[in-house]
Amino acid sequence: MKIRNALNVKTPKPPSQKNEGSSLGIRNVKWLSFPYILWMVGFIIIPLIVILYYGLTTDDKSFTLDNIGAILHPINLKALRIALEQSLISTLICLLLAYPLAMILSKSKMKSNSFIVMIIILPMWMNFLLRTIAWQNLLERTGIINIVLKFFGLPILNIINTPKAIILGMVYNFLPFMVLPIYNVLIKIDKDIINAARDLGANSVQTFLKIILPLSLPGVVSGITMVFVPSLTTFVISNILGGSKIVLIGNVIEQQFRIGNWHIGSGLSLVLMIFILISMAVLSKYDKESEGSGLW
Amino acid sequence: MTDNKLINLVNITKSFGDNIVLDDLNLYIRENEFVTLLGPSGCGKTTTLRIIGGFENPDKGQVIFEGKDITKTAPNERQVNTVFQKYALFNHLTVAENIAFGLKIKKKSKEYIKDKIKYALKLVNLDGFENRMPDSLSGGQQQRIAIARAIVNEPKVLLLDEPLGALDLKLRQDMQYELIRLKNELGITFVYVTHDQEEALTMSDTIVVMNQGYIQQIGTPEDIYNEPQNAFVADFIGESNIIPSIMVEDRLVNILGANFACVDAGFGHNKPVDVVIRPEDIDLVKPEEGIIKGMVTSLLFKGVHYEMEVQAHGYDWLVHSTDLVPVGSEVGIRVDPFNIQIMNKPESEDEEAVELEI
Repeated sequence: MKIRNALNVKTPKPPSQKNEGSSLGIRNVKWLSFPYILWMVGFIIIPLIVILYYGLTTDDKSFTLDNIGAILHPINLKALRIALEQSLISTLICLLLAYPLAMILSKSKMKSNSFIVMIIILPMWMNFLLRTIAWQNLLERTGIINIVLKFFGLPILNIINTPKAIILGMVYNFLPFMVLPIYNVLIKIDKDIINAARDLGANSVQTFLKIILPLSLPGVVSGITMVFVPSLTTFVISNILGGSKIVLIGNVIEQQFRIGNWHIGSGLSLVLMIFILISMAVLSKYDKESEGSGLW
Repeated sequence: MTDNKLINLVNITKSFGDNIVLDDLNLYIRENEFVTLLGPSGCGKTTTLRIIGGFENPDKGQVIFEGKDITKTAPNERQVNTVFQKYALFNHLTVAENIAFGLKIKKKSKEYIKDKIKYALKLVNLDGFENRMPDSLSGGQQQRIAIARAIVNEPKVLLLDEPLGALDLKLRQDMQYELIRLKNELGITFVYVTHDQEEALTMSDTIVVMNQGYIQQIGTPEDIYNEPQNAFVADFIGESNIIPSIMVEDRLVNILGANFACVDAGFGHNKPVDVVIRPEDIDLVKPEEGIIKGMVTSLLFKGVHYEMEVQAHGYDWLVHSTDLVPVGSEVGIRVDPFNIQIMNKPESEDEEAVELEI
């Protein structure tokens, strides 16, 4: 009976009632956002202002742009370039892996869908640092992977402390952030929209290119943002999997704070923030409805 | 409408899991016919439509289109187009791009597409809506765009899946006229799915009444209304009195202990049957002139007519009349012989009248 009914779903809910309810609700619980606002001011706004202050001043508290200009130093420039390269590559790999996966998940009629989604999120239940260290152990010259390879007489893998290891770490850690928003958008596409495209003569490739892909763009954009931003700023992954040989801009900033040079560290952070803001502005052009970001 | 069988569904069986939605269904649709599949939700009408459209594959049976078996043909290779229940417009495309979708796939020339868009929008009374986005339109407008998007492809058959379901009453009535006009202008076959008996009676050449995966009756709206073949049809189409009776002999039926003349024959002697009498076919007369006597127990004003309940011989007769008879009056009940419809007792569950869920 369920399925038959499902084919004739008619649930015209009175929208007025719904709106009334929620607007009433919002009015009554507005004060509940107060703790969060307090948190935001204390731990996001104020630190940002502090970074802005340090980034634009010298030790004797006078205004300067030198901290920001520090990005032009060849070492820093190189770190930024490598960071951009690595994060772009890993974002691309994530996208190529995640889209087909999200597509398969959204199409499968299995009841275990939520189970599969859980499996994807499952690694996130373990600490990010632990997972990355685990990869370090796996990839090491005398690590488990190489022991197994050696056992079978295969050539050993030599990617630890190379950019490849860093990309692997980024993809591994950030893949769920790409899968979920895309999956989220794909399952919201009405089956009849796809049927309509088929009905109008489109084959499955045309249906994908003209209907599914454009409709899923908000999820793709959201996924790209969720992967690109943490990849660009990470220093933990490059520290652990890149040894000290590959220096990303995140590592440079970390080092500056470590040696106590808050001014240069803040200045470089500001540059990175500008890069992120620009990339988000470009992406948001494709993300007018900002769908798919609903998960976060 | 011609006698050419355009679509022929042969022995179609379809189930979802353990649930049999269609059981050995046979149905043909003629060229240029307006066929309505009518029935309550879960009767299999939408599934039937989706099988014609190619969105569902039957477990058994064949779909024959113009003499060719298209059972396994993909939807994009069928000469039918569908208007979906919730419109299914492409919200990322403008109205014009929506309408042009099928034509672009078929690689028609730009001028041809432009002309077609213009023609289609005119046909659905939405001139000048080319550059609007679908979600900025009202439900009725979106529905008409969905129709325009389907008909520009010049399908041989237009499938409509409860297209007016989401619209309000006034708009629904207007759209009924629009659809009849469109059907006449386009001269193509319409297969229309609805659970609304009024829509079905208004627009169709042929109504197919379905319940629980079985076809209950196929006929013109007049046939279906005046001569329902079983209690389900009688009950589902319009209001009716369905009274268990005894067929005494040909052309004589005993209803609740009184003999009524009727026009049906061939049911045998003293056979239990069900009798259908439409409320508007009952004449209330002076008590001594009636075949049976009763008392008016309730009276409601319904605009066009009064709706009365008359308690007589242990049955509450539903009566529609333009004459007011006050509650408590003694009345006689008469029914003209040709207004008494005799039906065999239901042989299976799907032929039974539906219990109203209140």
